[in-house]
Amino acid sequence: MTFSRRRFLQRSAIATTTLIAAPAVFRSGAFGAENPIVVGSLHDQSGPIAASGTPMVYALQLAVDEINAGGGLLGRPLKVIHYDTQSNIQMYSQFAQQLAVKDKVDVVHGGITSASREAVRPTFDRFKVLYFYNVLYEGGVCDRNTFCTGTTPAQTVEKLVPSAMKKAGKKAYIIAADYNYGQITAKWMTKYVKDNGGEVLSTDFFPLDVTNFGTTISKIQAAKPDLILSALVGGNHTAFYRQWTSAGMKSKIPIASTTFGLVNEPTTLDAAESDSILGAYGYFEELTTPASKSFVEKIKKAHPDSPYVSELAACTYEGVMLWAAGVKKAASIDRMKVIAALEDGIAFDGPSGKVALDKPTHHTTRNAFLAEVKDRKWSVLESYSDVKPADTASVCDLVKNPNDTKQYIINL
Amino acid sequence: MAIYLIVALDVLNGISSLFLLCLGLAIIFGMMKIINLAHGEFIMLGAYATVISANAGVNIWIAMLVVAPLFVGLVGLVIERCLIRFLYGRLVDSMLATWGLSLLIIGIVTTIYGNTQQGVPTPLGGFSIGSYQSSYYTLFLAGMAIVMMAVVYGVMSYTRFGLIARATMQNPAMAATLGVNPARVYMSTFAVGAAITGLAGGLLAPVSGITPGMGGAYVAKAFMTVVGGGAAILSGTMSAASLFGAVNQVGAFFTTPVYGEVLVFTAAIVLIRLLPQGISGRFFKGNL
Repeated sequence: MTFSRRRFLQRSAIATTTLIAAPAVFRSGAFGAENPIVVGSLHDQSGPIAASGTPMVYALQLAVDEINAGGGLLGRPLKVIHYDTQSNIQMYSQFAQQLAVKDKVDVVHGGITSASREAVRPTFDRFKVLYFYNVLYEGGVCDRNTFCTGTTPAQTVEKLVPSAMKKAGKKAYIIAADYNYGQITAKWMTKYVKDNGGEVLSTDFFPLDVTNFGTTISKIQAAKPDLILSALVGGNHTAFYRQWTSAGMKSKIPIASTTFGLVNEPTTLDAAESDSILGAYGYFEELTTPASKSFVEKIKKAHPDSPYVSELAACTYEGVMLWAAGVKKAASIDRMKVIAALEDGIAFDGPSGKVALDKPTHHTTRNAFLAEVKDRKWSVLESYSDVKPADTASVCDLVKNPNDTKQYIINL
Repeated sequence: MAIYLIVALDVLNGISSLFLLCLGLAIIFGMMKIINLAHGEFIMLGAYATVISANAGVNIWIAMLVVAPLFVGLVGLVIERCLIRFLYGRLVDSMLATWGLSLLIIGIVTTIYGNTQQGVPTPLGGFSIGSYQSSYYTLFLAGMAIVMMAVVYGVMSYTRFGLIARATMQNPAMAATLGVNPARVYMSTFAVGAAITGLAGGLLAPVSGITPGMGGAYVAKAFMTVVGGGAAILSGTMSAASLFGAVNQVGAFFTTPVYGEVLVFTAAIVLIRLLPQGISGRFFKGNL
């Protein structure tokens, strides 16, 4: 290639013009997209936890669509960046980094298991990205950057245990999944059984891949309890309810559970296997309030084959709406301003009723419901309004210690 | 007294379900040296075939005993023709391919039926011994294990097919010179192994949680049992299933379910250390 002075000057001029003009051209492209507020979403849509994650994504999308239909926030539309975390903790870590660093999102809603939450929470703390965890869990997370909108044991187990004991009797046998949720929930069950004058005969933990419950059923019969308290988790563990029924125990000893029916158990089991099992959550699809009915209707209309719309979906919807209320109040998407606004008495009337954020714990004061399975559906027996997250409140005070970031294990 | 009977029943239940779960794998792995990591998914397919046909109105017994093995046998046949037949004698490659296959099957089932599936209730009722309850289904499973053992023994020992199959597994080249087509024998043996696995899935469907990922809970234990059993398909698998099933159930009864699992794995490690050829490598040499 030959170089002439004229060609060199020509090319230099073109290159320089391009370089100088580039930022303006790119930025005008960004102006074209109306500069949306970006909402990150980390939920499992495949793998073993997909049945929990799928309705949560539907609920998040519904909330965002409704906000956009109402003109967005601060005059800007919302845009969701969603990653399917595939029931894999490694994916959580990876996509959390991506949301924070590459996508530069303004808030993240997501995480399902406690393990997944603890995998991503430090990342969002480090990169200063506001984080919402919308799932019922064992309680104790104390972090000013994180809001936990689901129920904790003091809100549900505290209602479930006494009602079940009143119905069945004072001697309980606890069976639970062998990881942090099951272990901690079993402790809460023990506490509430004792508080109500009862006695725990035995507590058995099961690794998640146990499928044969024969010996457990024999052991339970040998112990002769009045009541089974179950915190079994996952598809393999639903085998317990079937083997329990096939041994003819179903009508003899009643079961109350903190996990049964959160996802799909009533629809996967036969009526004979699930009838009269007691459960307590922050929301049931079967609630007949107008807000609940229209919420379920909207989700089922958009996704007719949606799995059960449980507390997980309701809390996700409410979580997004609470965040939106905070942004409106702060009139900014600056993280600290939004946190300050969210701590300042934000509440939202959602499908489960009134949900209010609690300043010292960053948890929610919300309604709790007690229900019983009838013919493969939940039948709501009782509701408790404005239940406080008393467990987390006993260890966590973000007003006094705003720099706290840990999850307390509540000693019982 | 009644409690001992009940524990004995639990042990029987543990052994017979483990044996049923392993028999198909023992045939595929023990005879053909194909490490089928999709074994758990064959079980899952059997369970799904049972549940879906039963919910569609097919009699539960027909769904379990006919539909499940037929369907999974056919699936096995197709898989053998499309994938496995290229992998004979390539142990590591067969692991990789069947692992991929297991992910594919899980993906397909999830796409079609979603993550949740309504199960079938357990047929037969419960009975009581003293003040304890157990289910007839436990006894039925034990009966089925015995029947399957007898059938496999009968076919392998007394039929022409069994003779040809055993000959081909021992020395395919020699069998071929005698006019046997080894490719066809491999194909049918794989299909039979898959069908037996499907039957196991069908039989366990009424007492398990049915999800696309359910196979994962079985595959490790099944391999452990087959390897622990050694080369002899029946005596090896039966003795290893008895050992591990009993250790698991008795361990879980006297300690906790967590230790029950730990004890099984410890027993497997000790067994393989002492008898590297498996139980049948030492005690039932030359048996079926």
